[in-house]
Formats: sequence, structure tokens, C-alpha cells
Amino acid sequence: MSSASRPGHHSEVTLRVNGKPHTLRVDHRRVLLDLLREDLDLTGSKKGCDHGQCGACTVLVDGRRLNSCLLLAVTLDGSEVTTVEGLGGDGDEPHPLQRAFLDRDAFQCGYCTPGQLCSAVGMLAEAAAGHLSHVTDPAAPAEGPVPLDRREIRERMSANLCRCGAYPRIVEAIEDVI
Amino acid sequence: MTGFGYLRPGSVQEAVEAYAAHPGARYLAGGTNLVDLLKLGVERPALLIDIGRLPLDGVEELPDGSLRVGATVRNSDLAADPRVRERWPALSQALLAGASAQLRNAATTGGNLLQRTRCPYFQDLGKPCNKREPGSGCGAREGVHRDHAVLGHSELCIATNPSDMAVALAALDAQVELYGTDGARRLPVADFHRLPGEHPERDTWIRPGELITGVLLPAATAGVPSAYRKARDRASYAFALASVAVVLRVADGVVDQVGVAFGGLAHRPWRARHTELALLGAPATPAAFEGAVDLELAHAEPLRDNAYKVFLAHNLALDVLNRLAPAPAPA
Amino acid sequence: MTGTTGSPLGAPAERREGRQKLTGAARYAAEYTLPGRAQAWPVPAAVAHGRVRAVDTSAALALPGVLAVLTPFDAPRLAEPEDRTLAVLQNPHVPHRGWCVALAVADTLETARAAARAVRVTYDTSPHDAGPVDGHPGGYDPEEAGGQPGRVEHGDPDAAFASAEVRVDVVYRVPPLHNHPMEPHASTAHWDGDRLTVYTSSQGGTAVRSVLAQLFRLPEERITVVAEHVGGGFGSKGTPRPDVVLAALAARHTGRPVTLAYPRRDLPAVVGHRAPTVQRLRLGARPDGRLTAVLHEVTTQTSRVREFVEYAGVVSRVMYATPNLRSTHHVVPLDVPSPSWMRAPGEAPGMYALESALDELADALGLDPVELRVRNEPEREPASGKPFSSRHVVECLREGARRFGWAGRDPRPGVRREGPLLLGTGVAAATYPVQTAPSTATAEARPDGTFVVRLNAADIGTGARTVLAQIAADALGVPLDRVRTEVGHTDLPPAPLAGGSMGTASWGWAVHEACARLAAHPEQGPVVRADTTGTADADSPYARHAFGAHFAEVAVDTVTGEIRVRRLLGIFAAGRILNARTARSQFTGAMIMGLGMALTEHSTLDRAFGDFPESDLASYHVPVHADVPAVEADWIDEHDPHLNPMGSKGIGEIGIVGTAAALGNAVHHATGIRFRELPLTPDRILAGLLSEG
Repeated sequence: MSSASRPGHHSEVTLRVNGKPHTLRVDHRRVLLDLLREDLDLTGSKKGCDHGQCGACTVLVDGRRLNSCLLLAVTLDGSEVTTVEGLGGDGDEPHPLQRAFLDRDAFQCGYCTPGQLCSAVGMLAEAAAGHLSHVTDPAAPAEGPVPLDRREIRERMSANLCRCGAYPRIVEAIEDVI
Repeated sequence: MTGFGYLRPGSVQEAVEAYAAHPGARYLAGGTNLVDLLKLGVERPALLIDIGRLPLDGVEELPDGSLRVGATVRNSDLAADPRVRERWPALSQALLAGASAQLRNAATTGGNLLQRTRCPYFQDLGKPCNKREPGSGCGAREGVHRDHAVLGHSELCIATNPSDMAVALAALDAQVELYGTDGARRLPVADFHRLPGEHPERDTWIRPGELITGVLLPAATAGVPSAYRKARDRASYAFALASVAVVLRVADGVVDQVGVAFGGLAHRPWRARHTELALLGAPATPAAFEGAVDLELAHAEPLRDNAYKVFLAHNLALDVLNRLAPAPAPA
Repeated sequence: MTGTTGSPLGAPAERREGRQKLTGAARYAAEYTLPGRAQAWPVPAAVAHGRVRAVDTSAALALPGVLAVLTPFDAPRLAEPEDRTLAVLQNPHVPHRGWCVALAVADTLETARAAARAVRVTYDTSPHDAGPVDGHPGGYDPEEAGGQPGRVEHGDPDAAFASAEVRVDVVYRVPPLHNHPMEPHASTAHWDGDRLTVYTSSQGGTAVRSVLAQLFRLPEERITVVAEHVGGGFGSKGTPRPDVVLAALAARHTGRPVTLAYPRRDLPAVVGHRAPTVQRLRLGARPDGRLTAVLHEVTTQTSRVREFVEYAGVVSRVMYATPNLRSTHHVVPLDVPSPSWMRAPGEAPGMYALESALDELADALGLDPVELRVRNEPEREPASGKPFSSRHVVECLREGARRFGWAGRDPRPGVRREGPLLLGTGVAAATYPVQTAPSTATAEARPDGTFVVRLNAADIGTGARTVLAQIAADALGVPLDRVRTEVGHTDLPPAPLAGGSMGTASWGWAVHEACARLAAHPEQGPVVRADTTGTADADSPYARHAFGAHFAEVAVDTVTGEIRVRRLLGIFAAGRILNARTARSQFTGAMIMGLGMALTEHSTLDRAFGDFPESDLASYHVPVHADVPAVEADWIDEHDPHLNPMGSKGIGEIGIVGTAAALGNAVHHATGIRFRELPLTPDRILAGLLSEG
């Protein structure tokens, strides 16, 4: 059987992670989360459920927040990925949200924290782009940024579970950077 | 999952040809459900055909006032589309009531229609499930089935369809566009999913190898008041215990257009035809609404532990119908 | 409410590991990417009771990259463990569905998963018994429940109840509940000759080492256990779980470092859960509200692997004055997964039932529920007769009532409407025992004027590193930034687990002692070692407990039966609060877990299959952001000289204890209906609203 009629189980992909290009030969079963953790040793992105049910693996792909546990790496050729390790940019200076999380004690065990941070960054961009949420008044203007009150933040962050119950502090930290 | 091949076709035609050459392959778009099922071992394709980069991600207004939504338009983008928000608000509301922001950023219109039941027996390879493994039995019927169907279930399967989006599309008279080696065709979304009957392994009427290319929101429901409401076990990020989408136009106190569909009650979005027939031309009053909704729900056959769904659906439908009906003119 | 001016104790110090956690640098057990590391994937039993007849590994072993499949027939043999849930792959018996019957080991996660799926297990199935426990003939009354007598009885409770002027006789039910820490249980094991190193997600590495030493017949000094960062535990990582044993077995068998990170949906059957309870409460009272009889009878279940009794009845021995008391436990062993500790085991379900029943009594008496509790304040601990070392539950109730705006509350249920919503408020008290265990610690004075405190404490999210540094700085009389803490490693002085709300008190006692001695006698330095054996575990003439009061407001949607919490307030009396910032987070975090227990966390023991179908995080609903409104916690200043050198009580668990009852009582106030089974999900609320018309 020719390779054209029966494709193999591995492919080469190139993606940029936190600004650095990586070319890897990946098993088609490999998801972005495992590529980050196993292949690149970027273990900041966490595996809480491996099925898109907890949000701990949230990263930004081309600026959008996504569950990295559900993204097959082979589909991401050419993508730009930002993980918690890359939020702060090049220098040693943390992202303002990271600083706010520390100030507000917005974490305890820390395992959901990278996902909360990446999710919050993505959420701020979505609201700025005018994406409404389940709790936005449907009669709100169709254009322009959506103002984020606590109710909006809570709804929009609801895919990021925190079993330690740091939710009130997380919401405060996000408000600090709005 | 053992390993699988991966193809990224350059066109819809190439995609369906690839499938024809590899029966049993799966189309992959957002992957939010398929990758989940691959990991669980419920899906074991030999080949994935990645349609995520096909030019199916546009939303286009057609001259007749309908809106054509490409199959790979992300749920979050569709919910945010100003045309959808203004003209088919139930769809935007249903999308935003579903899943989570992260999942909506990945999930596509076509994929959402093809998502599979979240029945825990379906997901657990260690338990019987006629949908996953025909003939193995149904674990849920005698097991835990608080979340399962009350309408249209069969001896073999009591699973529900988990989609919020499909419920709104069914009520809005949307059509699903399909393309296969036999060419293109359309089906009403309301008739796209099957009841389980003797073949619970088949969720929809899609033919092997057919690809969803888009969804058509018809001009007939554009601008007609519509809304979606859902009840769930927590305030966000949970599947519907029950939900309802309602499209309702009232003229001179009389219902002159109506679409009602329930979610969480059946193996498919449940278009409430009895309710609609009773309401069309009837006065838009709470009593008429209640009578019409109960006509539909009289067909419910609750299981041991899910009779609550009938009351819940009743309450949801009346709430939304009454909300959409214009207040009677002052005497 | 900070500490004494100038003292590091009580100050709201920032978490010391915060930056690591916020930048992704903190490594958890599965994240030690050792060279050549392999991945393991368990195969759970697909029957509820029986024996493994055969394991066909051929298809799995044929997959490229598979290193081994361990089975009950060929896995390395272990010594018999005291905790039989750790006797994994040692014999073909299947005690419950989900029990590990094989373990695949491969180069990658994907291959390990595929190999586990390719293993074909055949069973000789036996009939299984998964209850229900009501009226089950196989139950017995355990000698002990939570380290206390299973049964306590004073006076003549039956006669006192029968002759009471006002009576409440009710049954409350709490379902199985799952800990589900965000980090699934995971271990990475590595053998170097006959030396074993494990990186594990545990609340207590010292115990992990001693258990592994016993199982693998090794001297403890050949075992290193590292648990630097732990992604939550809530009791489920209090003792070693099968992951660490399986990882060590697989690493020994393959000669490679091996990581086993449990799939989320495997956890409910494997790592313990809060056992369901059926609690009958009978309260007899005089018309003035004084209790004359309290009968608290608990029926629960355990597995056939080991006995664990959810000791819900013990709270009635502590809370209220009564001349006639019965507190009993009855447990039924079933072919089901083994229960274990979950945050405030005993107290959380027990106080849900007791405080709900008390609310019913307040209703029956026409008495304010705060006042009813105040009237039944005991002078001494009811069951033991001991004086309390400190008890400020009345102060918590009064302060909470003031802050919450309780005064003038209309007691009538079901009368506050806001459109389709029914509104209500509720109150409940909370209690949790003060316990301490012996610990060791060292304090080192460094030439540069800084100090290092070392002990094998575990920081599971409590902020242990930070608060121990505060205790040390206080005892040394130096600024906080001069003290460093090292925890989470068995090379450090042995210390007890982070559990039972006793971590900080136990560790802090040893830290305080070492530092105080180093400060007083620098010549004994540079390293001073303390061991609190004999002091921290000495009997006390006092009954020692933390107390609290919870207030809740809810809105119940009459259309959907959905309940939304509007506010939660907890006021606690927990001795001296050692770090205002992290303490507040622990209190509110536990209250949010209590919110889940009350409203969203729904699990069912499937009698047909003997396990929990709601096994993943899509179906087992822990609260999300949107469920959590304004949650506030505060505390009253409490000085208790009978505790430990810091004057602190544990704070990790009391926050969950009264939350569910306060919410349930608020739901009754809103609807006029008593719901006596958790969680209060829309199906139950709607059914209640419908039957009440």
C-alpha cells in the first residue's frame, strides 16, 4: 500500500511557542498540552482533566484562549502559542495580572493558576473585541467593547475550575488590571 | 486510541474523496468532542481528515435575507456576529449558554451539530451501551439516568443530544447543508438528528462520508422575536437539564408564527410540533401557551428518576413564550 | 485583624512560592521529566466483584513503544500493607469496579493509554452488593469512628425524647462526594540500584516514605520522597494512594523512571471519597428552647477492602448542652470503592444534619435560630465533661448576625418574592477539633545573619512555607525576610501530614521550639533541632475546638428550581490567626467547597454497576466562578493559652463545616420547604415546589 493511500502516524509541525519557533515530529495523537509538557518541558500548562472540563490547560493560540488538551498538535502547524511561561514577555517583569494574583492571594495550590491567568488574558481581549457573554444584556449595543463587571467576569471565567476556591480573589485580581 | 493517519485536504471535494478512499475515517474540525472521544477510546478511526482550514469559515448574507454560516465558523464568532445577535437572537443566546469560552473558541458550527451524547455509559468502555457497541445493552436504563431522555427514547437507548446550538437552530427552521460524493443536499436541522429506535448507534441522517458544509438561517425567521433558556446544575459550564428555544410572532394578539424546540429531553432537539400547531392562529395568552405546551409534553415518558424534566420543560417554555409575547394592549 | 504590631505573626505576608506558581516554574509530581522517563496507565476493573481469570497482554505488548504490562499474576510482590487499598496487582481478587487490574508502561502517554486499552482482561464475576444501606442486614456498629468511640450515650435519650414537649424527628442524607483536587494524583518514581526516589502529590511525604519502606522492604534511608508543590488534596492525598506504589512497581520492573498520573475519571473509584450518610436526628426540647434530648444516629457505608467510618455523629458530642445524648454509627461494608477523608470528614456531613435539624427545631419553637443556639450553649463539652480551652461560638453568631444584618429578619418562610425568585436567609454554626501531632524541625543560624528552618511539611496550598517563616521570625525576633523555609522533602526533619487542620499547629510548634531555643541559646547553634514528641501529643484536660458561624442568602428560581447564592458570610473563632491573607483564603475557599456540597456536587452510587457514573468534571459539578458570589470570611480575636506556643487552631476545614446547613436553611426560609437530601439541584427543588403546590 502506498503512503498516499495510508498516511503514517507521525508528522512534522512547526509552531512558535512564547516567541520561539519549534519544529517537531509529532505522533498524531499528541495534543498541544502534552507537546508543551513532554516535548518542550514547558510544564506550566497543567493537566487537570485532559478532556476540556477544567481549564487548567488553557493557553493562547493565535491570541485566542483554548483548552490545549483538546488540540491535536498536528493541526497547529504555523500557530503562535503563548503559555503562562510567556505571559511576562522577554524580561523578568511579570505580567500585571501575575502581579495582581500575588497581591490578591488569588491562588492556593497553584495548579489551576496558569490556566486562570491565560484565560483571563484571553477574556480581556474577547470583551475588548465586543464578544458578549451569557449574562450580557442581549439588548447591549452590537459594536464596541463589553464592560466587565463582576458578574461578567465570573461567567466568562467559568471554564477555569479552582477547587481551592480562590474565585473571589481571582475576580478581584482581574478587576485590578481592567 | 492507537495511532491514526492525518490528512489535510485542500478542498471540500478532496475531503469527501479522501473519505471515500478511507471508509471509517473521521472529519476533524474544532475537535472538542472528537479528541475527547479519541482519548476515551470511544472513537477509533484509522484516519483523521482535518477540515479545519477549508474555506468554510465565512458568514454570508444571501440576497433573500437568509444567512449562510460556514461549517467551521467557531461557536464564539457565530454568537458574536451582529447579524445573528439582531435577527436570530435565540441562536446567539443558545451558543453562549453552551460549554465555555475556551470550548466555544474551538468548537465549530458543523462539529456542534455532530457532537455525541454525554451519557456516562456511552463514555465508559467498561459498561454496556447500545450506541457505542450495538447489542451490548443499555446501562443507563436501570442505572443512573437523571439526565436522560423523557421523549422519543427507545428500549435500546435513552441518551440525550447535548447541544444547545442545535435546539435554537431547530426552532429557527435552519437548514444544514451537506456535501458528499453524491453531491449537495439540505436537511432541516429539526430533522437532522434521529430518534434512537432500533439503531441508537446512528445519531443523525448524515450519510457515510458526507460533510457538513454550512448552516442556513432562513429569512423567514430573521427578525422574528426569539429567545433561548436553559436550566442546569450549576450557574455556568454545564449541559442542559432541559432547555427551550422559542420563535414567536404575534399580530393583533394572535400567534402568527411560532417555533418551539426543547433541548435535554430527547435524542435530538425536540421540535414541539403539537405546541406549534395548537398555537398558530390562537390568542397569545398564558392559558393558550400552557395548553399548547402541555399537549406536547403529554407525550413524555419519564424514566424512574427524571420526571422532573417534564415540569422543568413546561416551566421553561411558558416562561419564554410569555416573555416573547407582547404585553396585551391596554383596554 | 492583624497580629500584634511589629510581630510577623498574623501579618498578611505574601505566599513565598507565589512567583513560581504564577510563572509556571513550580513543578508538580508528574512534571519531573527525568531522562528516559516512561509513562504508566492503569487498567481499571470492569466488574464490581470477582476475580481476574486472565490478562491477555499480547496486543498491548505488540504496540511499538510499550515496555511492559504488569498484571496481578506477575507484578513484583510487596509486603502486606496495613492500608489494603495499596495492595495493588498483588492478587487477582476484584473488590470493586475501578480497582487496578493491570498497568501498562510505555515510552509515551499516548502509547501507554493505547496499551492499557489493548489489554484484554477476563473475569470470573461474582454477584455484587452495592446497597442501599437502609435496612441492610450486613451492617455493624463500629468500635471506633474517626478515632473516637463509635457510640456515646448519656442519660436516657429515648425516654427524654419521648416525653419532650417539642420534638423534631428527621432524616438527612448526604450523597457521596469527591475531593477532586485540581492536580490528579500522580507520582514519578525512579530506582537507582536499591535506592528509590519518588516525586509524589501528597499531603505528607514522611508517611509516604514509611509506607513505601514497609511495602518494598527497604530501610527508610534508601527512600527519598519529594512533594514540593501539591495541587490540592482535601484529604484525598492524606496517606499514600495507589499511584505511588504503582509507579514504584513499574519503575522497578522496567528499570526506567516512571510517571503515573491518574486519569481524572479514575479518581473517584481509587483515591477515596466522602462516604454517603443517612443521619436520623431526634431533638427534644422544652418550650423555652432548651434541649432535653439529642439523638444523632448515622448510617454509612464502607468498602470490603478496608473500614472507614464517616464519623458524622461526633459533632453532637461537642455542640449543645443536653442531659440526654446518643451519638451512634452504623456501617455497611459493600462491594464499592473505598471511602476516605474529604475536607472535614465527620464534621461537614454531621453538622449539615445537626444544624439543619436545629433550624427545624427553631421553626417548631417559633424561636430565632441564632437565639436557639445561644440558649443551648454548654458550659463544658457535653460528651466528655471537659472544660473548653476556648469556645466563642456565641460571639461568632452575634458578630455574624450583626455583619449580615440578621436583626429584624422575618422568620416566615416562603414570603419574600422578587419576580419568579424566592429569597431566604439561613444560619448555621460550625465546629472542628483542634489536633496536633509531634513534629521535628531544625533552625539554622547562617553566618550572614539569616536563618533557615527545615522540616518535611507539605504545602498543599495552605501557604505553609510562608506561615512557618512567620512563626520562626516571631520566635527568633527577626524580620520575616531574614528567614527561609525548606519543606516538601524527606531529607528534611520528619513532620506529620497536612491534614486534620493540624499541619500548621504541629509543624509550627516544632519550628517555634527550635527557633526559640536558638534565639535564647545561640551557642547551641548554628543548628538547633526540636522534637515535640510528648508535648504536642500530650493529653489535654481541655476540650479544644475551633468554632464558627455561617450566614447565607439565596434566591430560588421557581421556574427552573435553580438556586443562586447571593452572599455567604463566615465568622470564625480559631485561636490566633497567623497569616491574615492566607487564612482568609482558606476560610473562603472551604466555604466555596461547602457551597458545592450544598448545591452542585451530585454523585450517585450506581447500584447496578457499583461505582460512580458522575466521575468526570463535566458530570460532577464542582462550583465554577459563576456560582460564587460575595463570599466573606472574618474572625474574632481569640486568645487561648491551652493550645500551642502560637495560640493557633487549625483553619483548613472549619470553613466547609456549617456552609451546607446555612444554605439549606436559607432555602427553607425562601421556599417554606424542607429539603433533606443534598445536593439541592433543580430536579429536587422543582419536585418540592410542585408538591407544595
